[in-house]
Amino acid sequence: MLTPDKITSTVCPFCGVGCTLELHIKDNTIYRVTSPHGSPVNHGNLCVKGRFGYDFLYSPRRVTKPLIRKEKQLPGKRTAAASLNEWREASWDEALDLVADRLTEIYQKSGSDAMGMFSCAKATNEENYLMQKIYRALFRTNNVDHCTRLCHAGSVVALQMAVGSSAMSNPAADVQFNDVFIVTGSNTTETHPIISLQMKAAIEKNGAKLIVVDPRRIEMVNYATLFLQQKPGTDVPLFSAMAHVILKEKLYNRQFIDERTEGFDEFAASMEKFTPEYAESISGVDRQLIIQAARMYAGAKNAAIYWALGIPEHTHGVENAMSLIHLAFLTGQIGRTGTGLNPLRGQNNVQGASDSGAMPWHYPGYQVVDNEENAARWEGIWNVEAGGLNRKRGLTNTEIVGAIGPGGILSMYIMGENPVMSEPNANHTRHQFEQLEFYAAQDLFINETHQYADVFLPAAGWAEKDGTFTNTDRLVQRVRRAVDAPGSARPDWMILADVAQRIEARLKRPQSSGWNYSHPGEIIEEMGRGVPDYAGIRYQRLESGGLAVPVPTVDHPGTPVLFEKSFPRGRGMFHPLEYKPPAELPDDEYSFTLTTGRVLEHWHGGTLSSASSLDDLYNQALMELHPQDAARLGFTDGEIARVSSRRGSIEIRVKVVERTSPGVVFIPFFFARAAANILTNDAIDPRAKIPEYKVCAVKVEKPGSSTEDGRLPAYRQRGRY
Amino acid sequence: MQEMIELTIDDEVVSVPAGTTIYHAAMEMGVVIPTLCFHEYCSANALCRVCVVEVEGSRVLVPACVAKVSAGMVVHTDTPRVRSARKTILEMLAASVDVSDSADVLRLMQDYNARSDRFPASIRRESDLIDDNPMYVRDYSKCILCWRCVQVCAQDAQYTFAINFTGRGYETHIGTFYDRSLTETTCVFCGQCVAVCPTGALKPRREWLLEEKDHAHTR
Repeated sequence: MLTPDKITSTVCPFCGVGCTLELHIKDNTIYRVTSPHGSPVNHGNLCVKGRFGYDFLYSPRRVTKPLIRKEKQLPGKRTAAASLNEWREASWDEALDLVADRLTEIYQKSGSDAMGMFSCAKATNEENYLMQKIYRALFRTNNVDHCTRLCHAGSVVALQMAVGSSAMSNPAADVQFNDVFIVTGSNTTETHPIISLQMKAAIEKNGAKLIVVDPRRIEMVNYATLFLQQKPGTDVPLFSAMAHVILKEKLYNRQFIDERTEGFDEFAASMEKFTPEYAESISGVDRQLIIQAARMYAGAKNAAIYWALGIPEHTHGVENAMSLIHLAFLTGQIGRTGTGLNPLRGQNNVQGASDSGAMPWHYPGYQVVDNEENAARWEGIWNVEAGGLNRKRGLTNTEIVGAIGPGGILSMYIMGENPVMSEPNANHTRHQFEQLEFYAAQDLFINETHQYADVFLPAAGWAEKDGTFTNTDRLVQRVRRAVDAPGSARPDWMILADVAQRIEARLKRPQSSGWNYSHPGEIIEEMGRGVPDYAGIRYQRLESGGLAVPVPTVDHPGTPVLFEKSFPRGRGMFHPLEYKPPAELPDDEYSFTLTTGRVLEHWHGGTLSSASSLDDLYNQALMELHPQDAARLGFTDGEIARVSSRRGSIEIRVKVVERTSPGVVFIPFFFARAAANILTNDAIDPRAKIPEYKVCAVKVEKPGSSTEDGRLPAYRQRGRY
Repeated sequence: MQEMIELTIDDEVVSVPAGTTIYHAAMEMGVVIPTLCFHEYCSANALCRVCVVEVEGSRVLVPACVAKVSAGMVVHTDTPRVRSARKTILEMLAASVDVSDSADVLRLMQDYNARSDRFPASIRRESDLIDDNPMYVRDYSKCILCWRCVQVCAQDAQYTFAINFTGRGYETHIGTFYDRSLTETTCVFCGQCVAVCPTGALKPRREWLLEEKDHAHTR
């Protein structure tokens, strides 16, 4: 048996649940991961990613020295360099000087609108704060975004409009107090496995009733009282029909509506047309099920709604989320333990990256950039001359990619993300990256996007640095350095502070915005000076456990449940809704609906999970095809199909399974070979700017002469798929 | 107000809420009764019987991890009869499985002067190490059948039901349906089972490989 040299307590680097991990270390190597059974979020339980997925740190593909492309890359002719032979090793000084020289040169020549960056939901709060500070304080641009745009932007915008805040209202562990709960657009057992354990226990041990609304027959359906198997993209009519029933049968909470909300009458009038019959005709869900679901939710003592990306990832993502918010407003199922509106966040720190201001319309703390008072506040904190910060809202992720080219975005700095895999319409994304004048990448691996970079800055992994993550239920927890980074890899916050100083020197700014940090604790304190919710966060306070923001003062105990007495915007706002179909519906040629999503074993753009033993467990994309469709088209399990949309085409192995419904295929998006996002539609929600990953039209064919046969990994039967 | 029960443990009177086990009542007063199969966050099943205590008026020894307190109960946690029973249990375990990787068993054997050669005629339960997935290995020759892994895979945590007891009597072991490889079962590789395994029968593959490397060095 191995005896650890030490055991370091930290937070899981994968999904947004924020499980406590204890890393068992011998000779600077992690060999076992456990979790204390008293841990606040996960009670000692972990999923495969948290327990075994850490070994991406030891992947032979990991880059541990700064790299510079051998061949000079020119806009329009930029190429992807997957092989290390196309790169040469460089010193940190040379690499950082090159980044600072080129970014400064492009900024001075073409101005702030030529500058773009992606921050990262995997990085710490401190690193996200620094990344946006560099672009705002030095390059005077708000072209600052990260993958939250591709995840919950629709939920964030809807919640901002309706309640004035955008996070889970209750801790996930509150599920034990639910009598009834709705899970929609969330394959919880695969995307938030630990929350799904608490859901299962609430059902099996406490008798809670579950309503699942989803296009796929996900595992949680095994535990559900009601399963509403909807067609993709029909959330607004379905949930509005539930509101219609609640209104018609007077199941609503009049007192709550009168005291806590506004806009009810106009909203109620707009619900008139959403009869269960109408919803059935669009969603394919039996009207009786819709009526039962409405009665069950409205009749509960404590009811909550949990949703993930099946709700926001639509061109009507804001409306989808709004239709859920309305149910909570109507019934008063919010503001108490065991109730609430709970968007389950995807990444370890997507909540924190958003809180830290890595978004184009907001400074840290969701303070809009086009507000004089907010701009002046940050000019003060960052020592920027009055009027110096850019007041114009920046471009979002998908808009930044679209704007790359002459007259638009000329340079990119990407920390951690992988837009070629994660943005919709991947062929277009690749084409856009070819147009860049300069691209600096900062990561552990040269992922599919970083292959286009000029410079690669090797970053320390999560177990090799200090910082904080904010999990899905707003708990700020300490991330601790447990092992040394390999080679000359450095923590992101150090690289960013170093780059910032070099850029500031080149810009010859008369006063410094302050980049001398000896420890990340100083960074979050600086952020707290402008963000009241984080003002009370101190590293020494986090030693004994996490704190749920808002934490307005250093003696404030944190705020696990939001909206108990009022909403941040005062009264909750109802919004009238109309049904809009998805941007691209099936037709005679593209007769299938494609919906995309995740699997248990992979995560984010796949950069980390594909470099770990998780990839051995699930090594290729499998497309779910309903047995009826498979029989009609002549497909058997494991066969290769050609799937095409108007934007591109891939070859992929078929999994014949009843989890999906006839006419609907599902593809996980992590796999470079058979990348789902070659097919997806880059149509976006007009308000949230989130792409419609969940619905596009495709055709499914026999590949004829397959180019991938023999190149795709062999098909292996797994028990759970 | 919860009903309180008064009882005597090792000559000291203690008062605990009704429904408390003898194990937890003793813990209240600082007496730690040794356990092997018991885990604070798993359902207790009194399988290993290392936690047995003497209860006055009871014909047989009583497993403290599941037995609930009752009013006026008089418990002795460390009598010669108790110590002898624990010692024999440990010696039988050591005679039938490989306990060399189990810090818990080794420590108790030392505490109770248990001898691993007490039953020289015993037949060890040997089985090959199973390395059938990328995440963890299973070496059931080290398994003491504590049931923890089965329970966390079931209602104690995961609701996955990938593993269970199979076989009867001496042939009892932990297995999968039809002895399929784990990748062919419902297993989600959460490793909850690995985390609660007290003997090293379940081990992260990475840890096992590092140990093998260490062994290769010292050989």
